[in-house]
Amino acid sequence: MIRDKFDAIVVGAGPSGNAAAYTMAKEGLKVLQLERGEYPGSKNVQGAILYADALEKIIPDFREDAPLERHVIEQRLWTMDDTSYVGMHYRSDDFNEEKPNRYTIIRAQFDRWFSGKVREAGAVLLCETTVTELLRDPQGRVIGVRTDRDGGTAFADVVILGEGVNGLVGQRSGLRPELKPDTVALAVKEMHFLPREVIESRFNLAGNEGVVIEAMGTITDGMTGTGFIYTNQESISIGIGCIVSDFAESGRTPYGLLEAFKRHPSVRPLLEGSECKEYAAHLIPEGGYNAMPELFGDGWIVVGDAGQFVNAVHREGSNLAMTTGRIAGETVVWLKRRREMATKANLAEYQRRLEETFVMKDLRKYRRIPDFLHRNKHIFGVYPKLLSAAAQTWFRVDGVDKRAKEKQIFQSFRSGRTLPGLIGDALKLARSWR
Amino acid sequence: MHIVVCMKQVPDSAQIRVHPVTNTIMRQGVPTIINPYDLFALEEALRLRDRLGGEVTVLTMGPPMAEESLRKALTFGADRAVLLTDRAFAGSDTLATSFALAAALDKVSQEFGEPPIIFTGKQTIDGDTAQVGPGIAKRLGLNQLTYVARIADLDPAAGTITVERRAEGGLQVLQTRLPVLITMLEGVNEIRRGSLDDAYRAARAQIVRWSAADAGITELARCGLKGSPTIVKKVFAPQGRAEKVHQVPTADRSADELAADVIAAIFRTQPPLEDDLLRFAAGQ
Repeated sequence: MIRDKFDAIVVGAGPSGNAAAYTMAKEGLKVLQLERGEYPGSKNVQGAILYADALEKIIPDFREDAPLERHVIEQRLWTMDDTSYVGMHYRSDDFNEEKPNRYTIIRAQFDRWFSGKVREAGAVLLCETTVTELLRDPQGRVIGVRTDRDGGTAFADVVILGEGVNGLVGQRSGLRPELKPDTVALAVKEMHFLPREVIESRFNLAGNEGVVIEAMGTITDGMTGTGFIYTNQESISIGIGCIVSDFAESGRTPYGLLEAFKRHPSVRPLLEGSECKEYAAHLIPEGGYNAMPELFGDGWIVVGDAGQFVNAVHREGSNLAMTTGRIAGETVVWLKRRREMATKANLAEYQRRLEETFVMKDLRKYRRIPDFLHRNKHIFGVYPKLLSAAAQTWFRVDGVDKRAKEKQIFQSFRSGRTLPGLIGDALKLARSWR
Repeated sequence: MHIVVCMKQVPDSAQIRVHPVTNTIMRQGVPTIINPYDLFALEEALRLRDRLGGEVTVLTMGPPMAEESLRKALTFGADRAVLLTDRAFAGSDTLATSFALAAALDKVSQEFGEPPIIFTGKQTIDGDTAQVGPGIAKRLGLNQLTYVARIADLDPAAGTITVERRAEGGLQVLQTRLPVLITMLEGVNEIRRGSLDDAYRAARAQIVRWSAADAGITELARCGLKGSPTIVKKVFAPQGRAEKVHQVPTADRSADELAADVIAAIFRTQPPLEDDLLRFAAGQ
């Protein structure tokens, strides 16, 4: 048992846990942070894009020493069929700003850096220490944690759970149900190394400029999911993920999808000559607003992936994690200043503050999307094929007159999805989106 | 009893790469670990301390980042950590390293009490020379027990120690007088986990940092690159072999036929082997 009593114990040293621990330690609170990995970042997997805004609100001058790969100046959205893609690319020199908005990062390095800031701020971090359960007083209030080390208990006024997507502590302690296969995606990712110059010429980049490609279509073989390709300084991150229940139903394997994605004629040239140095897999909570567990209780708060804080439509997660972590930390500091206990009633302030941020607003806006996608999987197969066929008809010069081509395209949409089907999809999407 | 363990932070050899053009080790991004052999030494020291009381000091020489390894050693349960770090030590070979460590050990004795036992691992996984331990013993005038598999008996009052030493062709049982330097063999124990209290103490511990001057080292010419007569003439990566896998179809073949197929396949790729065998069979 650690004899010292803490103002807060933070479980996990990912973006949410680090944001919470940093925010509290910086304000002079006595913080103990527990991480099961060998070092912060050793267990953490992400694409990975860093959204500057969320981090700026915690560490305004992070750009001075954070390990950043490339700032994103170009976004490509691809809908793919088996041989083609139809893309929407947006590239702007405006993204070459003094304080860029998005960066590619390598999490093992970034999390280590972030954790260094947390420790500089005064939090005590113990790695290779797994929290096994929450300790409660007779009234059921959470008063500390038990770890897997000898003499492994520690006590605090509040426990912040930033334990990630498959939060076993919260599950074991009955704070939230087990993950459901239809609200969580399984993504696999590889890091392919290439010389800087090759990446820069292949993706049309200069200096530290970077490109992000998000892809959907037949690459997920009829399942709900997306693929991605991100440029790092000397490597390319490529990955693909689908909802777990879809994998279970289809019997497809995640690595099988990734292999096929890598072999796609539009992708293969981008990876040509590269060496795969690293592979990883990760669960992503994609159930959205409707899948969110309780976020606080007597003596505890949930932050980050553990609270299902992911906006799957916009591929945002780490920024929600950092923001929820920061606001949880600020709430605890606020209570401490007022000399109030971390009761359920008092911690409701956490949710009140969250409601005012983009986190809850976005999650609420898209609350119908997961269900919509779950019920309309044809979107991932039918439309990419139709779009690609239409583009091909339109761009191929073969003596067929343009009016006939228009007719042909319209026909293909009608036979591919029927008119009521097309209108229905559009309406359903619009309804889920608003 | 005060016990000192000398250890080294090394690149994790499981994750190391050699640059294909320059043939130098690419250390960038390669995680570092405590030299695995040193962990057997540390665990042995901790067991002696638990049994006899006293303190375990871990000592390392290295760049400031070696502090990580020391902190890890504290997490395992060591009581004190000393980092010998100075630009003057950069580029040390085993001669210069043992010189600096011996001097630092003198200083450790003065500051924290004379250690009857100093442990090291049998060698490091990056240099693999196994010279530093004996080098320290020689300089400090200690009896040395290398490749120790077990401490059979230790009598601090009488000042004697008996160990089992694995040597070529057998096990030696050796007895000598304290103080000694022991280099510990691998696989003889398993490093402990460390309690939550150990981890907490380690996270907040102040690591003792000594420069060359702090350790009382004045002969800088005997340190670092200047004090290292070893010259690495050439480093090269072994050539990849061009051998291929040969497949022998197994369908519808009896065991005898398969054996004949395999032997034929081997002789096809290695004709000299067949010649040798035939010569051998002919009694030549």
